[in-house]
Amino acid sequence: MIKFILRRLLLTIPTFVALMFVTFIAIRLVPGDPVEVRTGEHGISPERLAYFRHELGLDQPVWKQFLDYVWQLLHGDFGVSLSSNEKVLTEFLTLFPATLELSFAGILFAVILGIPAGVFAAVKRGSWFDHTLMGAAVAGFSMPIFWWGLLLIMLVSEGWHLTPVAGRIDMIKYYFEPTTGFMLIDSLLSDQKGAFLSTLHHLVLPMIVLGTVPLAVIARMTRSSMLEVLSEDYVRTARAKGLSEFRVISLHALRNALIPVVTVVGLQVGGLLAGAVLTETIFSWPGVGKWLIDSIGRRDYPALQGGILLISSLVIIINLLVDLLYGAINPRIRHG
Amino acid sequence: MANAPAPVTAQPAGPFAAFWSAFSHNRGAVGGLIILLTIIVLAIFAEWIAPYSAIEQFRGMTKLPPAWAEGGDARFVLGTDALGRDMLSRLIYGARISLFIGLSVMSVSVVIGITLGLVAAFLGGVVDSVLMRIMDLIMSIPSLVLAILVVSILGPSLTNTIVAVSVVYLPNYVRLVRGSALAEFGKDYIIAAKVAGVGPIRLMFVTVLPNCLAPLIVQAALGVSNAILEAAALGFLGLGAQPPTPEWGAMLADAREFIRSNPWIVTLPGLAILVSVVSINLFGDGLRDALDPKLRRS
Repeated sequence: MIKFILRRLLLTIPTFVALMFVTFIAIRLVPGDPVEVRTGEHGISPERLAYFRHELGLDQPVWKQFLDYVWQLLHGDFGVSLSSNEKVLTEFLTLFPATLELSFAGILFAVILGIPAGVFAAVKRGSWFDHTLMGAAVAGFSMPIFWWGLLLIMLVSEGWHLTPVAGRIDMIKYYFEPTTGFMLIDSLLSDQKGAFLSTLHHLVLPMIVLGTVPLAVIARMTRSSMLEVLSEDYVRTARAKGLSEFRVISLHALRNALIPVVTVVGLQVGGLLAGAVLTETIFSWPGVGKWLIDSIGRRDYPALQGGILLISSLVIIINLLVDLLYGAINPRIRHG
Repeated sequence: MANAPAPVTAQPAGPFAAFWSAFSHNRGAVGGLIILLTIIVLAIFAEWIAPYSAIEQFRGMTKLPPAWAEGGDARFVLGTDALGRDMLSRLIYGARISLFIGLSVMSVSVVIGITLGLVAAFLGGVVDSVLMRIMDLIMSIPSLVLAILVVSILGPSLTNTIVAVSVVYLPNYVRLVRGSALAEFGKDYIIAAKVAGVGPIRLMFVTVLPNCLAPLIVQAALGVSNAILEAAALGFLGLGAQPPTPEWGAMLADAREFIRSNPWIVTLPGLAILVSVVSINLFGDGLRDALDPKLRRS
């Protein structure tokens, strides 16, 4: 096991180095001189220019610049945002809980609805429920979620006035200092009446929008994996023993059917973050996705560079953890 | 005896006939194919089918609702947008752009993917490791974030959208081709071909590749719909096709401010994206079921 972990960790190092290299190169390929971007387009004397170039390390050879960049990253220095003059890491960390909260809610929504729906469709194979669910799953899987979000806003928020259009909480009625960054927890801690409900209200639509694609994937996967398991001998044995149908399905079949589903949930992490970019933009959700898009609009390249690096590192680390987890559960992967 | 029936020799169905009989049993897949063919016809013959040009602006005709709604105008069946352009015409020309993006992305990533995948499988060693690490890296960056990175370097445009989305989907093909090629390697016919003196290029593309095609075709079909979705998302974020190009995602972005007042301007482009992506996915699912002998009904 230790050997497996070590090998997997070693394999990750080149990926990280390459990631740093890509973001390092990317920022240099962007049109426009970084010094001019920082100081404005006109009116800079040659001495000032040389000074800034020296200060930014741009007068050094490229390999040295790269090593400096890596050195800074290893010390947690992800650069300074041009628009806010804040450290990129600080900005990222303040906004990230919002994205995390939304992603958790989305995946929870998908799992809670998707697994029972998939199981039910498999058990009632060929029924109208099965057909409807699989049809809906194809639609959900193909959904342009940015349109889905607009549609829901149009219906639920504008048409029926059930939910707010944007943000995480009603900022006019409630205010409290963030303690954890997770609005659901903070609003409970704040002891303000209605704050928690207001947060839930704001979360519902973005959660549905972000959860739709994973929901469709999980429902499909659960159904097909369940169908496979239901024809296994041990399910027949369980039935022959006279166990109740509920016990057979929920204990004997579902447990085994869930293994590929867990894999799929793990694989959704990257997709979830991509979906968060769109969802946050539509609902003005103050998370890292919206921040990234806004950074493009502001031509804030350090923020963009640091943000992409941080998000990708997170995905790499999460994938690594998922892999290690499988290795722990399934010895075949460990020795594969 | 002129009318005597010709003797029928029982021939096994050819691969295409077997495929078609399996495919045509799948109602969803056939439905998807029909819708897809309709969209393709609309896209190819847009000039003749669309009532107006996609960018012609009709003065005083802005934000008309569809013809059947109150205040609609029979000349503009699906209404007009905020600049008085005919929605129906824009949607039809949009089909051309979306299909073009989808097919270009698919072709680029399939061609490069096959080449890199075969090279990795054949050369092995350092080349294989380096290529696979690069693919790991691409896959570790969330698709849209990677596309944003590429577009922010190259600048937003239709061509750069295609480049960005192709990069995003490249690893799928490389890994698939490499995996199936490696699985073929131990087989006798490869050894036979090598013994017969077949050169490496011929071995790669003529001997091995055809045996890896089935999963590749399925992946490519589903890749088209993913590419359309991804490109529309970029268009929606303002990083894809630029106005006045009638790209569906970009049309949605323009329409955002009319959510309250003119819902059809928001509804129609998204519906167009959904319908085309669903039809391609149904078709792709049917392809997969029909190409995989294990799933074929006997």
